[in-house]
Amino acid sequence: MTQTNRLPSGGRLDRNRPVTFKYNGTTYSGFEGDTLASALLANGVDVVARSFKYSRPRGIVAAGADEPNAVLQLGATEATQVPNVRATQQELFDGLVAASTNGWPSTDNDLMSYIGKVGGRMMPPGFYYKTFMYPQSLWDTYEKFIRKAAGIGRSPTENDPDIYDHMNHHADVVVVGGGPAGLSAALAAGRAGAQVILADEQAEFGGMLLHSNELINDAPATEWVAAVVAELQTMDNVMLLPRSTVNGYHDHNFVTIHERRTDHLADLAPRGQVRQRMHRIRAGWVVLATGAIERPLVYANNDVPGCMLASAVSTYIKRYAVVPGNELVLMTTNDQGYTAAFDWQDAGRKVVAIVDTRAEPTGACVAQAQQRGLKVIKGSAVIEVKGSKRVSGVLVASIDAAGDRVTGNVQQLACDTVASAGGWSPAVHLACHTGSRPEWREDIQAFVPGKTVQRQLTAGAVHGSYTLRACLEEGIQQGMLAATNAGFGEQIAGQIPVPTVTETAAGPVMTLFHVPHTKPTSRAPKQFVDYQTDVTAAGIEVATREGYESIEHVKRYTAMGFGTDQGKLGNINGMAIAAKSLNKTIPETGTTIFRPNYTPITFGAIAGRHCKELYDPKRYTAMHRWHLAQGAKFEDVGQWKRPWYFPKPGESMQDSLNRECQAVRTSAGILDASTLGKIDIQGRDAREFLGRVYSNAWAKLAVGKCRYGLMCGEDGMVFDDGVTACLAENHFIMTTTTGGAAGVLEWLELYHQTEWPELEVYFNTVTDQWATMTISGPNSRKLLAELTDDIDLSGDSFKFMDWKEGTVAGVPARVFRISFTGELSFEVNVQANYGMYVWERVFEVGAKYNLTPYGTETMHILRAEKGFIIAGQDTDGSVTPIDLGMSWCVANNKPFSYIGKRGMAREDCLKENRKQLVGLKTRDPEVVIPEGAHAVENPNQAAPVPMLGHVTSSYYSACLGHSIAMGFIRGGHDRMGETVYYPQPDGSVIEAEICSPIFLDPKGERQNV
Amino acid sequence: MFSIYCPYCEEHREEEEFHAKGQAHIARPRDPESCSDKEWGEYLYFRDNPRGLHHELWVHAAGCRKFFNITRDTQNYEIKETYKIEAEPRITATQAQ
Ligand SMILES: [Zn+2]
Repeated sequence: MTQTNRLPSGGRLDRNRPVTFKYNGTTYSGFEGDTLASALLANGVDVVARSFKYSRPRGIVAAGADEPNAVLQLGATEATQVPNVRATQQELFDGLVAASTNGWPSTDNDLMSYIGKVGGRMMPPGFYYKTFMYPQSLWDTYEKFIRKAAGIGRSPTENDPDIYDHMNHHADVVVVGGGPAGLSAALAAGRAGAQVILADEQAEFGGMLLHSNELINDAPATEWVAAVVAELQTMDNVMLLPRSTVNGYHDHNFVTIHERRTDHLADLAPRGQVRQRMHRIRAGWVVLATGAIERPLVYANNDVPGCMLASAVSTYIKRYAVVPGNELVLMTTNDQGYTAAFDWQDAGRKVVAIVDTRAEPTGACVAQAQQRGLKVIKGSAVIEVKGSKRVSGVLVASIDAAGDRVTGNVQQLACDTVASAGGWSPAVHLACHTGSRPEWREDIQAFVPGKTVQRQLTAGAVHGSYTLRACLEEGIQQGMLAATNAGFGEQIAGQIPVPTVTETAAGPVMTLFHVPHTKPTSRAPKQFVDYQTDVTAAGIEVATREGYESIEHVKRYTAMGFGTDQGKLGNINGMAIAAKSLNKTIPETGTTIFRPNYTPITFGAIAGRHCKELYDPKRYTAMHRWHLAQGAKFEDVGQWKRPWYFPKPGESMQDSLNRECQAVRTSAGILDASTLGKIDIQGRDAREFLGRVYSNAWAKLAVGKCRYGLMCGEDGMVFDDGVTACLAENHFIMTTTTGGAAGVLEWLELYHQTEWPELEVYFNTVTDQWATMTISGPNSRKLLAELTDDIDLSGDSFKFMDWKEGTVAGVPARVFRISFTGELSFEVNVQANYGMYVWERVFEVGAKYNLTPYGTETMHILRAEKGFIIAGQDTDGSVTPIDLGMSWCVANNKPFSYIGKRGMAREDCLKENRKQLVGLKTRDPEVVIPEGAHAVENPNQAAPVPMLGHVTSSYYSACLGHSIAMGFIRGGHDRMGETVYYPQPDGSVIEAEICSPIFLDPKGERQNV
Repeated sequence: MFSIYCPYCEEHREEEEFHAKGQAHIARPRDPESCSDKEWGEYLYFRDNPRGLHHELWVHAAGCRKFFNITRDTQNYEIKETYKIEAEPRITATQAQ
């Protein structure tokens, strides 16, 4: 294909580097320096999308982030698919593969466009709103229609092969936008010595100067740009970020920047290079120099390919040497718009007419147009476009001074391109991100950034200052101010001269948000306001007629601004049309605000390196490698990897559990319990403190003793439990559940620091410092005796709930005689670094006792056989110690009103018939009730059936030869021996008898040997 | 994301290091047993939800582990002051009016 619209010279292209690319399966050529959009236009591609609702053909309208139509799918392979790429912001590279995302069977020849005429009726304004009000059944009809007709890109189905990362910075001054204002600001702040970051979304700095005809210091503006960039590059305190979109401006001057480092090079980043980077910057001061976005004019059929923004036309001609058509009609409300016609003429193509909506335009541009021999039609507007896949002509008519109605005859002009210049909307988006509402400025008929609590300055067009001189001047001023505010800049105040610029006399601008038609808006051909969501002027009027007065409601009713472009082009026109329809002023109607991100961002950039292994930290115990070598299956408990069970070859999980349980009950088993939270508590008032945070008594716990404790909230509900040992008079070590460790420590600190600072007590986490192994079973004493010669393990000396210090396998150890299995148990704690060594020694002597490693699942079964609860499994924040049948663990005679005491005494907690924890024995001993199953009194009762409570723990007990379960039953403590029923999803019913949760050794004889 | 000045570390740190713990200055009743169920319920569950200045309890969880208070504007998230746990706020809603 030839580049029919490419000029033989000019543009900022590297003509020595031609590239080829594919679009919708066809190969095209372009040059390095092109964007995908400029290359498509160079090749005469008119239609790049089908519209969302009406399936109308759409072409490229803009040249930057504001492009609503050319939103393409990129990617040469499945893994490198990227949706939602604006062709105007994608630099061309050799081998680029792009495709349009809607249109079926193809964008150029779309079947749905015929149905679209029906679809338009099916999807009136308020479609979304009404859909959710209509019966659910209609949604299926709508959804199919939307999905098929309006695909808006798709995610890859394979893993992204690229690397992404994040970078955190602190900067004194962040300058957003590298146009004349931003470059000036960065230069001023940089010279002042501040740490400066300058970010611009384009490949090159310069902004509008890259296609401007204006002179700075009597030389082309691009020379000034080059000189400034060159100076900034020499400054160590300045970081330049091209191809970097400041996508979010967050609280407390936190700025997120999406840098595309290799998207311009290839489909896949060069090996080892980061494709995209998210910069996270805490900025001292932010200078917004984001410029302004040209407003298109709203006229009938203004979406036909060939209708473009005037500034975009200039950009394509001057920067990319592409003239996107042959015969131009320009419609403008202001002097600046004329530039597009001059550039068009200079490119050697025909300007059919300049249609100026002003009756008496006075600017120098008018005379210039006449000198150039261009036809200027004053006081008129393009009221309608002819053509379907490309503009074939326009209807021009004179309009009144207010722009409300057509006043004269309609004439038709043949052309293939319509450029419209409706004035400028400052890019206030970032200023809105932190909640600041834009303010309307009557003099420029535009919203500018409003009051903010951020340390934010604005310069240039975003501030409503549209002339080049003002941009340069404000940039220097605000850059200097930002540096001074950040503690720099005194020394250079006034030392940066404003470059000289020749200004042309500009005439007044006409305010025109909606071009009138000979027919009323509702009857005229569609006048599009928001291209991406197919919102028309008529649609907005319908919304206001239906009673929607708030602009936020109008927005939701019509879906205006809901596209991936967030309504960058259409929002202001839409608000103005709504205001006019409501007979209100624009400030009265107000504006919607924008949210991050300014342009769509990849999930890769959001995730950075926080994926796969680095997604979340994993915690391993000191014995983890041993577990791995033994083929343990692991369970995640919080961030910990805990052995779940240790299967032997050929075993099912239940086989393994049965074997592990039997080993503990008959000889000896060992559990890696290192993950339990351990908090070291010291201080004169440590004991008093324990008494306040646990529900049971601690005053008399002697040195050398351990005690189990329940921890409740102020509401009286159990939230954690564990054993605490008295190491010395003022020294304790508390254990918590594995998942609760951090929360419990914070809880202790909360009460100490905010309620009882007078208590002298200190807390520190020592979870990671100790390796803990629990040796449990009738042979545990004999086994441990072989490993210690300085701890008397005899039952008389080392009683149940005692702890002793000594050596195990020659290593200093604390040994606790506590039991979670109901068997004789010793919990050996050694410094974590010795953990593996001691563990292996234990196994050396343990072989003759058939020492069996067991995991969390066996631990759960063994404790359930004993009726021991697991906080978080058998509790859910709604059960008191009394509900758990643990009144023995509540000491209401303590002098201090411990946490939970008052809560437990509330009327509701004292009610009879609360759900209470009981044991459950199934009628069929082989059936295990699923955890979570709900009990009912009578399975044959008609719905709604009252629920009595649910099963919290349920297992098959090999030792007992039947299933066991624990669960809540309303009033269960008084219902021993009664039968309840658990209906199952398959229609079957499990019958169970309420019993004590202590299934094994109710007198505790096994552990007291 | 907030930038929070820890009055104990005497430095600004990123919000990721902190946990918000709800409304500040909710003292545990001295004698819980003398509270009615209603009073206890109010202590437990009822909190202000002001539009404007709010005093909040925070903890420097991944830092010094100290609890402290923040006076924050809930409309624009501006932090007006941070102060130690035993201190009173210097900026209050009544002053602002
Ligand atoms: Zn701190």
